[in-house]
Amino acid sequence: MRVTFRANGRQVEADDVWEGESLLFMLRERLGLPGSKNACEQGECGSCTVYLDGATVCSCLVAAGQVQGREVRTVEGMADPDTGLDPVQQAFVDAGAVQCGFCTPGLLIQTHALLDRDPQPGDNDIREALSGNLCRCTGYEKIMDAVRLASARRCATPSEATP
Amino acid sequence: MTTHTIRGEKNLQSITTAHPDGIGGSPLRPDGTLKVKGEFAYSSDLWHEDMLWGMALRAPHARARILSVDISEAVAQPGVYAVLTHEDIPGSKLYGLEVVDQPALAIDQIRYHGEAVAIVAADHPETARRALAKIKVEYEVLPPIVTEEQCLDPETHGYVHEPHEAAKYTNGAHASGNVVHSQKVVSGLGVNDEVRALADVVVVGEYEVGMQDQAFLGPESGLAVPAEDGGIDLYIATQWLHVDRQQIAPVLGLPENKVRLTLAGVGGAFGGREDLSMQIHACLLAQRTGKPVKIVYSREESFFGHVHRHPAKMRYEHGATRDGKLVYMDARIVLDGGAYASASPAVVGNASSLSVGPYEIPNVNVLAIALYSNNPSCGAMRGFGAVQACFAYESQLDKLAVELGMDPVELRQLNAVSQGSIMPTGQEIDAPAPVAELLQKVKDLPLPHPNDFQDVRGLPGALSNTSHGEGIVRGVGYAVGIKNVGFSEGFDDYSTARVRLEVIGGEPVAMVHTAMAEVGQGGVTVHGQIARTELGVERVTIQPANTEVGSAGSTSASRQTYMTGGAVKLAAEAVRNALFALGRERYGWTGNDLSLTGGKVVSATNGVLVSIADLLGDQAIDLTREHHHRPTVAFDKETGQGFGHVQYTFCAHRAVVDVDVELGLVKVVELAAAQDVGKALNPLSVVGQIQGGSTQGLGLAVMEEIITRDGKVRNPSFTDYLIPTILDTPPQPVEIMELADPNAPYGLRGVGEAPTLSSTPAIVSAIRAATGLALNRVPVRPEHLTGTGG
Repeated sequence: MRVTFRANGRQVEADDVWEGESLLFMLRERLGLPGSKNACEQGECGSCTVYLDGATVCSCLVAAGQVQGREVRTVEGMADPDTGLDPVQQAFVDAGAVQCGFCTPGLLIQTHALLDRDPQPGDNDIREALSGNLCRCTGYEKIMDAVRLASARRCATPSEATP
Repeated sequence: MTTHTIRGEKNLQSITTAHPDGIGGSPLRPDGTLKVKGEFAYSSDLWHEDMLWGMALRAPHARARILSVDISEAVAQPGVYAVLTHEDIPGSKLYGLEVVDQPALAIDQIRYHGEAVAIVAADHPETARRALAKIKVEYEVLPPIVTEEQCLDPETHGYVHEPHEAAKYTNGAHASGNVVHSQKVVSGLGVNDEVRALADVVVVGEYEVGMQDQAFLGPESGLAVPAEDGGIDLYIATQWLHVDRQQIAPVLGLPENKVRLTLAGVGGAFGGREDLSMQIHACLLAQRTGKPVKIVYSREESFFGHVHRHPAKMRYEHGATRDGKLVYMDARIVLDGGAYASASPAVVGNASSLSVGPYEIPNVNVLAIALYSNNPSCGAMRGFGAVQACFAYESQLDKLAVELGMDPVELRQLNAVSQGSIMPTGQEIDAPAPVAELLQKVKDLPLPHPNDFQDVRGLPGALSNTSHGEGIVRGVGYAVGIKNVGFSEGFDDYSTARVRLEVIGGEPVAMVHTAMAEVGQGGVTVHGQIARTELGVERVTIQPANTEVGSAGSTSASRQTYMTGGAVKLAAEAVRNALFALGRERYGWTGNDLSLTGGKVVSATNGVLVSIADLLGDQAIDLTREHHHRPTVAFDKETGQGFGHVQYTFCAHRAVVDVDVELGLVKVVELAAAQDVGKALNPLSVVGQIQGGSTQGLGLAVMEEIITRDGKVRNPSFTDYLIPTILDTPPQPVEIMELADPNAPYGLRGVGEAPTLSSTPAIVSAIRAATGLALNRVPVRPEHLTGTGG
């Protein structure tokens, strides 16, 4: 089948999609967007988290055909081509929250969504919001630091809310 | 080298960054920006035009005879390009990390659940899956050999590897029966009735450690591309490119120089990528089809596709005087190595030689063995044999403290090794060993506040909302461990580095080229820092790791900063000396007081002499150096005596837990660590390593275990094999000590593994303190705390 949708603000089309394919597979293998990661492909690790019409989903659990006509935003669409990295991305680099980096794309999307709905989350709020995203390298301390840093920076320089 | 159009390949090319910080600073990762943009090319991200998907058929039995394999229907499927069994292998059919005992594809028999029988290449993963379903394999299922008793009684239960085969694999060194390797360590008078009589107090315990999985997030994957010269270019996530090649080439029937490996992005490793997984299969399929072949494991297949941490059964006996001085220790450590040897011999070497922990014990008798069984193969995982022993000896020290009525930290400090202590192997600890100080550091940290029960997310059970404070008891526990750094027992695991200095755009740039596997640890950051420190430049280019340069050894054993970092230092020093020689020749400098700073050659007496750019002009200095650590020797088989380890490293933990004693739920409230790192080359990364390593120890303490029944894996998924989430993981204060090791580059000490040792027993100790239960097995599960089973 053919699937047509918007990915990171761009109209895209994938042909010959097998009905059993996930959104994750279509993004990675058909559309050249491998940023969303294939760590478990069963909805347990959060590495494949993307925005689907503004809500965060595990793209491994969404059938490719379900996104027909809809809007997907992946980690590749986070950085502004003009202004550079999103503050969440920059905070993860600065805080040392990236080691192997395989969990990072999912954590970035989930953190971005958290800060959009709660710009100054407490520690337990951060832990709750990110509890669906496994990281095996960091022990999460630097990830906590990164989220606090991104929150502080966003609050210091209020910008327009992201869509 | 052939040119390929591989999507993602641009991110396998060099990365240049400019930064003023050398060693001791915390410059950001050179690959960090690519990683947060989703552009870093992991091994599973690569894509080649016209590529096929490879997949393996895995046995559903732990032990079976293969009666027949019929691939005819599978081959006939549209979209299927090749179906291969062991009969199609052009070269050697066996491979192995330390012992060549593992068939690349099963030959006539199955030795573990999930062993690969056949491989398929097809145009889509679903086509490959369907083709696998069409392969007909007829098995004669045999009773699996899975318990220690069964393994040690081959006359009754049989052999995992027939003795004549096993003797061949190991050049006759194979011990006996189903034992892969054994090691004794005897020191002082050993342990006998006479020695036992010297002790006022004796504690005995039997301990068990479950099978832990590395659970790296990036699944085994890679892309094999057939080259025009008949060779193969393999883009792969691994821990050691050169040892992969050494194992792959003979199976393909190719000389090593026809098998070229490039490191693709690695999504974590933790020991699980020391052995081969899909490498040979992808190469065989590419060789057969003449097309690029990509293999990406699913999470389920990943659980079958790599070795795990050896489960262990240990009996420990400690004797001490009334005032707490240890008199003797007797230990028997049995490690289940599973179907193939993997790293079992070296794991046994570690478990036995480090079995006493960081304690001075005058009389010691130890036996450690690894078994062949029909359980999943076990090999390297962070901590490598020292983790299992640490759980046992630290549990014993707690038990002894109770018996003596002593403070558990004071008891440990009283018996702690220090610089100059002799290990039971006879090896002197000839570098700082601040064990007592590390314990004191975690003890002196302020304790976290008592729980106010206001937010369920901070309680055992968390969002399951299982308690609002009822039945919750707090406990505090301590532990400390000792780990070796680098490969031991006479192994010369040297590292190679190439450093090039040249002027680009008027500015001096250092290029660093090694085959080091960056698996997330931050070696690439440190290499840049070393080049900056030694060459006084800001711009550094890190070349992609590949087999075009000499071996860097494995990214394991906490060794890469020591070994390959040390090689980068040597190569950079050589480049610096060559630059000075150039200056002496050109300008007649005579003094030996030169250094490189801020892009300039500086004399201590005469100040700035010339800029590097002016001195070098359009020349380049390009030098390669090997770094060898000081030699070690094999342990004597009967006594364990020998200068076997390169370096020792120490970490201590204090764990604070809240336990819901009614439901058996544990919340680790805080996990504090103190570690001597010799010299923190990159403090941010060092702390990250300690917290990450501690968290894997937390997982082993309270949740992580591969469950097998009759050799079959019952929980190969992240639904059923749990690793700590951010809600399970507490704040982790870290205290760093920097006592230089005079034998090591910059005085540094390997960092990555030590925190994984003591974290587990510290947490279990805290749970014991909260519950009063003995808890002799990890992971501790709810039923162990509620007495409802297990």
